[in-house]
Amino acid sequence: MAKKITIEPVTRVEGHGKVTIHLDDSGNVSQSRLHIVEFRGFERFVQGRPYWEAPVLVQRLCGICPVSHHLAAAKALDVIVGAGTGDGLTPTGDKMRRLMHHGQMFQSHALHFFHLVSPDLLFGADGDPAIRNVIGVALQHKDLAVQGVMMRKFGQEIILATAGKKIHGTGAIPGGINKNLSVQERDSFLKGADPMNIDKMIDWAQGAVDFFKSYHAKNADMIDNFAVFPSSHLSLVRKDGALDLYHGVLRAVDADGKKILNDVDYQDYLKYIGEEVRSWSYMKFPYLKSIGKKDGWYTVGPLARLNTADFIPTPLAQKEFEVYKAYTKGKPNHMSMHMHWARLIELLHSAEVIKELLNDPDLQKNDLVKKGKKRNEGVGLIEAPRGTLFHHYRINDDDQIVMANLIVSTTNNNEPMNRAVDFVAKKVFTGKPEITEGMMNRVEMAIRAYDPCLSCATHALGKMPLEVSLYGAKDELLDCKRK
Amino acid sequence: MSDKITFTIDGKECTGKKGQTIVEAAKENGVYIPVLCHYDGLKPAGACRICTVRVGGRNMAACTTPIANDIVVQNNIPELEDMRKAIVEMLFVEGNHMCPTCEKSGNCELQALGYRYLMMAPRFPYLWPTKQVDASIPKLYIDRNRCILCLRCHRGVTTKDGKHIFGPVKRGDRTMITADPELAAGMTDKQAQQAMDICPVGALLKKEVGFVVPVGKRKYDQKPIGSEIQGN
Repeated sequence: MAKKITIEPVTRVEGHGKVTIHLDDSGNVSQSRLHIVEFRGFERFVQGRPYWEAPVLVQRLCGICPVSHHLAAAKALDVIVGAGTGDGLTPTGDKMRRLMHHGQMFQSHALHFFHLVSPDLLFGADGDPAIRNVIGVALQHKDLAVQGVMMRKFGQEIILATAGKKIHGTGAIPGGINKNLSVQERDSFLKGADPMNIDKMIDWAQGAVDFFKSYHAKNADMIDNFAVFPSSHLSLVRKDGALDLYHGVLRAVDADGKKILNDVDYQDYLKYIGEEVRSWSYMKFPYLKSIGKKDGWYTVGPLARLNTADFIPTPLAQKEFEVYKAYTKGKPNHMSMHMHWARLIELLHSAEVIKELLNDPDLQKNDLVKKGKKRNEGVGLIEAPRGTLFHHYRINDDDQIVMANLIVSTTNNNEPMNRAVDFVAKKVFTGKPEITEGMMNRVEMAIRAYDPCLSCATHALGKMPLEVSLYGAKDELLDCKRK
Repeated sequence: MSDKITFTIDGKECTGKKGQTIVEAAKENGVYIPVLCHYDGLKPAGACRICTVRVGGRNMAACTTPIANDIVVQNNIPELEDMRKAIVEMLFVEGNHMCPTCEKSGNCELQALGYRYLMMAPRFPYLWPTKQVDASIPKLYIDRNRCILCLRCHRGVTTKDGKHIFGPVKRGDRTMITADPELAAGMTDKQAQQAMDICPVGALLKKEVGFVVPVGKRKYDQKPIGSEIQGN
């Protein structure tokens, strides 16, 4: 008998979504989808507000990566106030923002790996769900849990020192920043008591990469074959092809690594990227216009960034990048679970960049803001932890926002996440007479690899109710289980 | 005859000069009486009543009531404090105050009073009124969602020849502050900043300079409102 399986809500991800899996009469997966069940509306209610409010207002759509929205909005407004696109700020303005951003990357990547993903690796996909969570990690792998907590704290302290608050700060303003970094603040990060200093953070980040590589060596079959499907990849890269998480040109490569978007100025993103609406999800489906709706979808995030970038401009992360690239012989990596590997290399990179910036005397200077001839439109892109984030604003002559368009990282990953769900669902559900919790967790693991921020608003940690409903061919409810 | 006046506030012996209001004299004697519509140097309006004190058993607006010899003023008593808190709550529910994204947050007197009175949630239902913004003035943005009709801008922001740039229009719960388009169009940067500073909330914002003061450096980030007078 045909069945419909619903996983709702998906757990250990940011925000709320659900998965439906339809089985046909033979027990084969006929359709699987990730539905985003929340509606936000920020693009509408920012209209009418003064443009300089946008970085503070729009960041409220997320509690995990508000810094990314804060900075993407500020970058768009840099264009509007005539301060150029990303590289037109004063050295202090630019570097303070970069420090803020890498603090954000560091804390978000640490949160994702240690709090959300490590339970799957440490206890296994079929592990007891009662302990397969961050509390279980804290009880049974205390050192790892402490590292996760302290690394997150370190990143948050960087955000506090640059944005004014750990969550929803006000540091980035159109054309620059509203504060510099005091010597006292700088020294607290460079010379803080163990473990709260940047050298220890670099050690721990390196340790996290090593942990993953070690796990990979023992579990290569699962890591390499979990959800593998060819995809195009898109991200910002620095003009010389280096990984740059704050600013750059837009590059996309196809599944074979061929450039299909060749380092273009993101102010023109509408020429290259379209968004499709489908009736069953509140999340749009972006695509590359040159390829079309059907096949123009792409992946963003750590996996994509390491597929588009030519190198990483910090030594330890570059060394790991070379190992990582060698594993696929330099070809684009399509293994979803390698997203964790790529994310940890970025974690290491961010720690290294933070150290570089902390040692830069420009951070103590007072030339904070730059402005020029005002324009009525601006686009700001940034590589958020989860991938490329687009903010686009248009203002009227009275300085009010009249149009806002946001393409958040997770939206870019909509199609790949659906493909990953489909891949895993077909693999674990097909022909199985009974549905187990472990099987459902595998589907969630596929989604979790993308570190999605489904509502870009809430973060749920620990045990959330997971409801599974079985429907017959006529959509009648056959069974319902809740964990 | 001496101009010196002696009186008490909550039992404390205070002195003042003839012609001073209770609010002015209290401040000089280190006694904090909360104010919103009052602004040093402007003619009192008695609009918000947050400064209500009890004099001889009667509730009076301290910003409009002159001191007199031997009056007994009650200020910091539970009944008045709760009434003041209720006024703050009413002001919050009557408008659309979104502190998290308001540029005046940290410098806002209404928000500071909310903190002072430990306002967790208002006792009154939110009205969520429909309010208009006026972005047409070249140097200033009027956000009526946040306006508490204290009339400080009306009294304090004038042209060189004394004309009021701002004023109330309509009546009752439809009353709103508006600006004379011609006079407002001629406002200088200095006047726009003055208007923003004189507004106790975030209803008047100077254009293009938002959020320049970092969190931690704003007026009420370090010390609560009133501490500048009574020292705590």
